[in-house]
Amino acid sequence: MILGQKQLDKIHETLTENLIGSGVQNVMLIDTAGNVIASINDGNETIDLYSLAALAAANFGAMSCMARIVGEDEFSLLFHKGEKENIYFCKVNEELLLVNVFNNQISLGFLRLKMSKVVEELLEVLAS
Amino acid sequence: MAFINLKDKVIQAKVVYYGPGRCGKTTNLEYVYDKCRTQVNSEMVTVKTQGDRTLFFDFFPFDMGKISGYDVKIQLYTVPGQVKYNSTRRLVLKGVDGVVFVADSAADRRNKNIISIRNLEENLQLYNKNIREIPLVIQYNKRDLEKQGIEILDIETLDNDLNAEFKVPTFEASAVEGTNVVLTLKKIIYLTMSSLEKQLK
Repeated sequence: MILGQKQLDKIHETLTENLIGSGVQNVMLIDTAGNVIASINDGNETIDLYSLAALAAANFGAMSCMARIVGEDEFSLLFHKGEKENIYFCKVNEELLLVNVFNNQISLGFLRLKMSKVVEELLEVLAS
Repeated sequence: MAFINLKDKVIQAKVVYYGPGRCGKTTNLEYVYDKCRTQVNSEMVTVKTQGDRTLFFDFFPFDMGKISGYDVKIQLYTVPGQVKYNSTRRLVLKGVDGVVFVADSAADRRNKNIISIRNLEENLQLYNKNIREIPLVIQYNKRDLEKQGIEILDIETLDNDLNAEFKVPTFEASAVEGTNVVLTLKKIIYLTMSSLEKQLK
């Protein structure tokens, strides 16, 4: 997969404006093989992106297998709640996943609203 | 397929260590992680069972430095070798660019090696990849067992069993002692990068 400069700029813009701007600490666009396509943080993060991407892709893959076992085509979102930090995964298309790391200052409902807008915008960028 | 970021000038390629259970895939990665710390900027991720067997994968990104102005990161993965974990092996193989097949030289593991390489072929087919076309290196691991009086397979037998059809580079190795571990890695990186270059042209 090769994304051009314009597409990547637009992806960065969308993720920064909608997610980082809403209080998400770290957002990553990854592919289902675990490659990091875009990663943006709020300036305070020092997490190990490549490991998180590998595990996130594997986690999503495992969850898709579980979905099929219980008779679902897929679970389109995953949410892990921690004491202070939370992770929210969302599928963009067959190849891409969005991974958000955020704390308790932002509500899950608000994030989900933002995410549906972001996914729409990303699909437009990918199709362009 | 590798991911190439034209904006940040980064290439990410995926190399997977494949092979039967207990053949030394994790030991290979652990050796590389120990010896090449300057090229690894993160912790090694291991998803293990309580009995220390690989449950999902081991992983770390290996920094190759710059090639033609691009930062090249090789993502090294192992798969769980046990037969029952086939679905997780398939997940790890997704997007693979190069494979190291680690064979166990112990005589009593002959059949497990053959089953595993066939399983690799089948699983690659699921992603429309052909084992004859993907960059592949075979490592005959545990050559050191002979010193402990354990019967090992001779190279001819291993070649006939595993490489007769593919004719790919092979290495006699001992992951525990570190013999030829880095050489195996260098070879698969070279083959993977050459193959990516060809695909991009």
